[in-house]
Amino acid sequence: MTENTTATKRRPDGAALIVAAVLAALGLLLIREGFSIPDKAGYAGIGSGGMPKVIGFGMLILSAGHVLAAFRNAKTVAADDVKPQFGPVLWIMAGLLLQLLLLRHAGFAIASGLLFACTAAGFGKRNLALTLPIGIALALLIYGIFDQLLKLKLPAGVLEKLLFGG
Amino acid sequence: MTTFDFLMQGLVVAMSPMILMYALIGVTLGTAVGVLPGIGPALTVALLLPVTYGLDPAGSLIMFAGIYYGGMYGGSTTSILLNTPGESASIVTALEGNKMARAGRGGPALATAAIGSFVAGLIATLALAFLAPYVVKLALIFGPREYFALMMLAFVTVSAAFGDSAMKGLTSLFVGLALGLVGIDQLTGQTRLAFDVPELRDGIEITTLAVALFAIGEALFVASQGNVIADTIQAVKGSVWMTRADWARSWKPWLRGTVIGFPIGAMPAGGAEIGTFLSYAAEKRLSKHPEEFGHGAIEGVAGPEAANNASAAGTLVPLLTLGLPTSATAAILLAGFQQFGLQPGPLLFATSPQLVWGLIASLLVANIMLLVLNLPMIRLWVKLLMIPKPWLYAGILVFATLGTIGINPSPVELAMLLIFGVMGFLMRLYGYPIAPAVVGLILGPMAEQHLRRALAISQGDWTTLLASPISAVILLVATLALVVPMLMRMRGKGQLLSQMASDED
Repeated sequence: MTENTTATKRRPDGAALIVAAVLAALGLLLIREGFSIPDKAGYAGIGSGGMPKVIGFGMLILSAGHVLAAFRNAKTVAADDVKPQFGPVLWIMAGLLLQLLLLRHAGFAIASGLLFACTAAGFGKRNLALTLPIGIALALLIYGIFDQLLKLKLPAGVLEKLLFGG
Repeated sequence: MTTFDFLMQGLVVAMSPMILMYALIGVTLGTAVGVLPGIGPALTVALLLPVTYGLDPAGSLIMFAGIYYGGMYGGSTTSILLNTPGESASIVTALEGNKMARAGRGGPALATAAIGSFVAGLIATLALAFLAPYVVKLALIFGPREYFALMMLAFVTVSAAFGDSAMKGLTSLFVGLALGLVGIDQLTGQTRLAFDVPELRDGIEITTLAVALFAIGEALFVASQGNVIADTIQAVKGSVWMTRADWARSWKPWLRGTVIGFPIGAMPAGGAEIGTFLSYAAEKRLSKHPEEFGHGAIEGVAGPEAANNASAAGTLVPLLTLGLPTSATAAILLAGFQQFGLQPGPLLFATSPQLVWGLIASLLVANIMLLVLNLPMIRLWVKLLMIPKPWLYAGILVFATLGTIGINPSPVELAMLLIFGVMGFLMRLYGYPIAPAVVGLILGPMAEQHLRRALAISQGDWTTLLASPISAVILLVATLALVVPMLMRMRGKGQLLSQMASDED
């Protein structure tokens, strides 16, 4: 155990290194985009491509800053008091993904009902037989208010057409 | 016409039944979201933006402003009874307020918070009304370079001046700036960073980013923290009315809090939190009962609550007169104006005086509504805290996606919501502030346009930025706001700055 803790103490902050890598990649992407835009700078001397280059360059500097910080504050991993749980996070992400995929074909109510049930599951209510109908009912109510009364265009599916007509 | 005449005209607008309805809906919603932990005024306005698309512009904006004010009132309730601030400007209130509630003095704590918010809101809104015309006159001599300098100042104060790491704030800001570049360049029509995805040519919707970062990111974060021990809600015991002694100890902190909060909100200094900390420190020093601080001193609730409402009104000064948002909520309010084709700034006072003065006058009316909503009906709001988390967050997420689906029911838009949501979750997990990304997205393109216009006027000469005394001074202040806190942190004085971290509102 002791070996383990000393090993983690020396380790550079991994999260900061990942952030640095992402920032560097984004920065390079912006700079590449900046150079690929035909330069019609006009009177200003700075055209559409100017700002992507500047911001991309700024991101490279921030990336370097993260690398420095990662090695300087090589912090103890055990310092995090609450370990994040990723199970609930995956439930909610699955809900959002399902809604994204089903929205066009199944309609607002079913897609959003599934999101509702998945989110509730992420927070500990796993009884889908209870949460799914509640979610669909809530989504139908929202559809009724916003699509029918407030004229917000929401995608209609089987349920919506059945209840509110075409 | 004098300010007084304009204000009277505004009151006529504000008293019309439809506008009163909008204001009432706004303050009620605002109080509700202020009370509920996890959703704040910025998110609520973002959610409602698409919904109000077809409604009356004046009414909708008045509703949004009501939500902003209401959120400031409601946040104190959660702080006092639950010890979890409903929004970030109420963190200080929790220090003394929760102690008072535990000692059975929750009623007076809520009362002094509500009445203090009312007094501060009223005075600060009047200050807004009388200050605005002068700022507008000043703004008329502002050219592109001055606007660019002001935006640089806003960037720095929002991202780097406060919080525990300038680097994290700047990272968040640059992510926002990069996202702001996506889409068609307003000056040349050149498409940037769209990668042949047609949906990206329109740019990234501010509502999509705000909803994803605030609602989805927050929900993912809360879920990832597991079921930590349930918070105990302190029941409101006894009378909500304050004793004569409570009044005597409260009125000075209310006024001091207003005086501290308003200018801080009005300066591009990012959010209402800073004023509340300063007010708390001032009350602690001036109190005749310093030994009570930390054990439930009523001054420690009265001052900061007044300060946070005063700075909410203060934030509206740069927003209405210059079109410059200095907090995340103000950034979303600006998106609200733009949705209706209105650009806040000196011109708006000339072209739509009805709307501007109606809005300001409505805030006075909203304050009175809020006092009524918050004092006698406080027990009703407390019930909101009893909604179990699974239902609460499931409902929040359905509403969060509703807004985006309403604007554009395309898989690309929802995919952005998911991606930015995960980004918001990771930012929260690793302590990156959210507000700079939102402010960067909305102000970035504006700053770029002003810079390029200024340079076009000077034919590419960069020294033009320093040639006008106003912009030179603002840029100098911005540089100081970037460098001084960095030096303070290096010398180990970062503690104070990280306490002032501004998060959402």
